[in-house]
Amino acid sequence: MFVLEVSNLTKRFGGIRAVEDVGFKIRDNSIVSIIGPNGAGKTTLFNCLTGITRPTKGNILFTDKYISKLPPHKTAEMGIARTFQNIRLFSEMTVMENVMVSQHARVRYGLMSAIMKNNGFRKKEQTIREKAFEYLELVGLEEYAGDIADSLPYGSQRRLEIARAMATEPKLILLDEPTAGMNPAETSEVMTLIKKIRELGKTILLIEHDMRLVMGISNWIVVLDHGVKIAEGRPDDIKNDPLVIEAYLGREMSH
Amino acid sequence: MLLQQLINGLTLGGVYALIALGYTMVYGILELINFAHGEIYMLGAYLGIIFLAFFTAAGLTATSLPIALFLTVLLTIIFCSAYGFAMEKTAYKPLRNAPRLSPLISAIGVSIFLQNYVMLTQGATDKVFPYKFSSAGFQFLNVNMTYLQAIIIAVSALLMLLLHLFIQKTRIGKAMRATAQDKTMASLVGINVDIIISATFVIGAGLAAVAGIMVAAYYGLVNYYIGYIAGIKAFTAAVLGGIGSIPGAMLGGIVLGLVESIGAAYISSEYKDAYAFIILIIILLIKPSGILGKTAEEKV
Repeated sequence: MFVLEVSNLTKRFGGIRAVEDVGFKIRDNSIVSIIGPNGAGKTTLFNCLTGITRPTKGNILFTDKYISKLPPHKTAEMGIARTFQNIRLFSEMTVMENVMVSQHARVRYGLMSAIMKNNGFRKKEQTIREKAFEYLELVGLEEYAGDIADSLPYGSQRRLEIARAMATEPKLILLDEPTAGMNPAETSEVMTLIKKIRELGKTILLIEHDMRLVMGISNWIVVLDHGVKIAEGRPDDIKNDPLVIEAYLGREMSH
Repeated sequence: MLLQQLINGLTLGGVYALIALGYTMVYGILELINFAHGEIYMLGAYLGIIFLAFFTAAGLTATSLPIALFLTVLLTIIFCSAYGFAMEKTAYKPLRNAPRLSPLISAIGVSIFLQNYVMLTQGATDKVFPYKFSSAGFQFLNVNMTYLQAIIIAVSALLMLLLHLFIQKTRIGKAMRATAQDKTMASLVGINVDIIISATFVIGAGLAAVAGIMVAAYYGLVNYYIGYIAGIKAFTAAVLGGIGSIPGAMLGGIVLGLVESIGAAYISSEYKDAYAFIILIIILLIKPSGILGKTAEEKV
């Protein structure tokens, strides 16, 4: 059972081919990593999957529906969430509000009931608050619920991004370098968190440069280089793939 | 004397603040100065006169003034909000990815269009507000505050309070704040940014509509070009408080109203309109980000 099927995906910016004819499938409830040197097209791929950029060619099938022409709020509604390489929290809002915003898009209630503050509204607001709190507990930020997001330390901000993504209640969660700039202790915390998210039944697609994390956590790895897929397979196969070693791992692991 | 001017200034300032909120909210989300926003206020004044004249003709004003006024305000808000909605859809949405100068010029175009549209349909002469409020009021400390002034101050304060609660507490309010901070990220957590932008225009137009009716009632006369000067003053108020900041627009409006009436009383009423622009120049020179605004950061 595949949750995501990408076929012949191509994205060109003018003459530059950011992603060229890439295809892969992601099994439900797995952890898949996309690796490749800088400029390999990993983030462009994420942008195509979430509807931020429209692919030049190719298909994206998510839970058996075509999504390559949908705007971001629709892909979010269908169940794709993401975090960014550079932190993009709603920095002036509180930690709690950051997570509640994602929940709000899920739970619908009318404008009138919000204005009238009737029972339905109160109940739903209460549910949203409780759920948001659960997602904060998941990433260990429940103590900071009332703080302004901007005031959190760097590592916590990254975890808040993950909580916010989780609060949209996605099937597939895209993490763009979740451990960028973290120390080894924080990195292993994130690794544990990713495993926990998988245990909750989610599928995780990961862009990551930390090879120890990638090899330790992934069920499947897709390797991109200059916008082209050069290999895919299980971590052990990727480690020994001569093409991959030449294009990427060779430089990283030779010393 | 000073206290009297403070009350006059608060009345004026409340109105400026209501209009300034429309500028600042739209700027916060689209980084667009909606120069046609003053015309929505002008439309509010005209629509208020039209609806109240209708209710007066129907006899409702004579039998029950509060109901007539309430219905007038309600209908005016609905119509002005529809104008605001249509304005965004026709003049700004198609230009959303255009260079920033294009929607600005489009805004000026909308402004000229609406002024001439009202001049052609309603005539170039002044229109009279169909109900004359009495000049009676409260007397205290040698000061006279008319009931209408009290109503204007109270309504402005109430609307600002409601807006504040709306922005802070409701789902749409939170979505608006999120959209103002990062449109792409907001859409990725499932917020339909187009709806939020429409809501911003609708709310801003509704506030301007109320301001328009209150000014029409206060001065008793309106004409098709009142939106221009009021719009520029409210814009000044928004810049003074820090454009993009909602509390800033409220504060800026009130400060501007106070400066105008105190300046008119103690310096010269001849220069009444000039004070706003003197303030604008000073603010732009000393603190371009405004009283409550943050120093602009380059967005990545």
